[in-house]
Amino acid sequence: MKKRFKLEFNRDKCKGCEICVSFCPKKLLALDKEVNSKGYHPACITDQDACIGCQSCALMCPDCCISIYELEEGE
Amino acid sequence: MKTVFAPTSGMTPVDTSYCPGCSHGIAHRIIMECLEERGALGRAIGVVPIGCAINAHHFMNVDMCESTHGRAPAIAAGIRRVHPDKLVFTYQGDGDLASIGAAEIVHAAHRGEKFTTFFINNAIYGMTGGQMAPTTLIGQRATTAVDGRTVEQAGMPLRVCEMLATIDMAVFVERVMLTNPAQVRRAKAAVHKALDIQEARKGFTFVEFLSACPTNWGYAPVDALKWVEEKMAAYYPVKNFRTVEL
Repeated sequence: MKKRFKLEFNRDKCKGCEICVSFCPKKLLALDKEVNSKGYHPACITDQDACIGCQSCALMCPDCCISIYELEEGE
Repeated sequence: MKTVFAPTSGMTPVDTSYCPGCSHGIAHRIIMECLEERGALGRAIGVVPIGCAINAHHFMNVDMCESTHGRAPAIAAGIRRVHPDKLVFTYQGDGDLASIGAAEIVHAAHRGEKFTTFFINNAIYGMTGGQMAPTTLIGQRATTAVDGRTVEQAGMPLRVCEMLATIDMAVFVERVMLTNPAQVRRAKAAVHKALDIQEARKGFTFVEFLSACPTNWGYAPVDALKWVEEKMAAYYPVKNFRTVEL
């Protein structure tokens, strides 16, 4: 069965640098239209189901904003 | 639900004071991840410099000591000598280590002090607003070299790894860059290797990180990473200069 992943962003820590957006091999990340408490447009994921869990975004995030979870069956 | 990647407990929940896209955050994270993976957060002592990383003791979740400008290696040497069971590291930028602290780093390496130095080279003075550093590239603009650095006026940029690799007791010297996920993994391996050698008390260990300073360079964060790959890595080759078998 295809592995499924969940990507979580710490919205208020994000500074909207767009590095994660540029390194996603599936081009799933984008900057939100809303701003966070710092006034930056934080990164968000546009298609959660298409994430392949490669960790490229999390490895490049300078602000430790990204957590990745592997979903089990039924979750 | 299984965790694949989570922020390391080696970083405090405090928001860093670094600009968006600054490579300091990546360097902090991989050093702290390495310490966490070794179970060493409780026995690590860091010494932080003057520069953008002056506030690193708020972000790194280990015991830390603030140093005077450029003197972190002297302080770390003392700490390591009285605490031989601790992992001691300094975290210094190029304005701190390569200019005012050049004497301290050379002599710490020369004496074979058994701590590790993490050197963040972003080719500019970050905290004070983008002045020319000893590592600023030829042609690179800075607030004190508005038309770009020239050989005539400021000589050539200083290659710190190459300089330290000539010292016998600097047993591990490696330059890495933080420009893409593969390079970040390589950088993390270098940090682990340096800490292994420190624990074996073989001598002085040194890791240089080629880093981006988007704000002072005047580039968008993603373009700044490309600049590191194209321009900085051309002058500062990314490789291992010295290592020792354990």
